[in-house]
Amino acid sequence: MNFLARFYGSSIGKKWIVALTGLVLVGYVIGHLIGNLQIFAGPDKINAYAAFLHSIPGPLWVVRAFLILCFVLHIVTTIKLAVANRAARAQRYAYSASTELKPAKKTMLLGGLVVLSFVIFHLAHFTARVTDERFHHLPKGEYDVHSMVILGFQNPLVAGFYILAIFFLSMHLSHGFQSVLQTLGVQSEKVRRPVTIGGQALAWLIFVGYVAVPVAVLTRQLQVIP
Amino acid sequence: MNLKLKVWRQKNAQSEGKIVDYEAQNIPADASFLEMLDILNEQLQAKGEEPVVFDHDCREGICGACSLTINGIAHGPSATTTCQLYMRHFKDGQTIFIEPFRARAFPVVRDLMVNRSALDRIQRAGGFITARVGSAQDANSILVPKKDADRAMEAAACIQCGACVASCPNASAMLFVGAKVTHFASLPQGQPERQQRVLQMVRKMDEEGFGNCSNHYECEAVCPANIPISVIGQLNRDYPAALVKDSVV
Ligand code: FES
Repeated sequence: MNFLARFYGSSIGKKWIVALTGLVLVGYVIGHLIGNLQIFAGPDKINAYAAFLHSIPGPLWVVRAFLILCFVLHIVTTIKLAVANRAARAQRYAYSASTELKPAKKTMLLGGLVVLSFVIFHLAHFTARVTDERFHHLPKGEYDVHSMVILGFQNPLVAGFYILAIFFLSMHLSHGFQSVLQTLGVQSEKVRRPVTIGGQALAWLIFVGYVAVPVAVLTRQLQVIP
Repeated sequence: MNLKLKVWRQKNAQSEGKIVDYEAQNIPADASFLEMLDILNEQLQAKGEEPVVFDHDCREGICGACSLTINGIAHGPSATTTCQLYMRHFKDGQTIFIEPFRARAFPVVRDLMVNRSALDRIQRAGGFITARVGSAQDANSILVPKKDADRAMEAAACIQCGACVASCPNASAMLFVGAKVTHFASLPQGQPERQQRVLQMVRKMDEEGFGNCSNHYECEAVCPANIPISVIGQLNRDYPAALVKDSVV
């Protein structure tokens, strides 16, 4: 207990918490993507996957609870750090310039907030299914994720918000990956460039993977199979 | 050359400061930035105005006393100290903003002079070796691998100027603390107090109100001593390890 209190009470401890929870969440983002891409293998495959997840409610809720914990810790701790960081520069510069600041770094907080609002909508939309009446009587029954996703993304507003949120998520990750390694102290001078470039490449691969689904729906490559 | 200066003027720590416009005239391109301010001050004094107060000492790039954030960059547009910055880096007629190093932990004393003793207090919290080590050892009586010696030397180059804090969007002092921690952690003499050192220095750093590194690397870009951000990586590794040993074991 003493350890946790001292750790979380310190600047470096908080940074570690943000990095570790970020790492867990990235793992989830990749796992979720692999699940999503099954939609291209046809309705049977992805619907069976959905049915399987729901057939093991115990483990599913353990994982969900852990993810929610990480998500909340990631956000709350970041806010704590951001507040302290603002306070540390009591008086702003009249002329502000930077040598290193890139868009991805500047938008870590803003992008994070866009992603947060998206996650809330996304859970209401596809997990709790409270935003769309049609999701209660899908053509192939309760676990017809295939039809649900396609019906959902046929609405350009839904698809648009999704793509925007994924864009911000990828921006967030493009700085996040190497940031995590730096904070956990595993980054050395030697691996810094490859880690930075590799992290950015992974972030934008994630973007392409996620966005492929709504784009395929909007261009009618994916349609509801009755 | 002639320059339009926008200089931060502030009577003391309590008073509100503001940017005041000055024209600096007939500045030789070979003058250093501080010499340019000397010339400005002579012109101000000739007119009976208060000269601009700024920090300086060696003017050789060694001591780290000179500060100034010039057009938003700590120590201005070259990766040196301000005393080693020459006016040829600027264009004739250019507008230059000159502000003090900004951080809550660096209160303004007057005009461009700030109080950086927060860094001294962090240093005093553990940035040294307690034992008297006597005079220099015979060569090779304590063996230090070349790699470790290089790393210690690289970190020891820190002149405690505070540019890392001034340039960091979060006013974090982690490059400074990382340099001190890495310096001693790389050498055999630093080992006995290694854990206590990092715990105490980080605690002091947090108490002094510095911000938290969010990996922007502005500090590394402006550091006149070329301290690499890998020292922050070392700090990030050493701190939790020391805390585990201190509170669990
Ligand atoms: S005055 Fe000593 S380093 Fe600039």
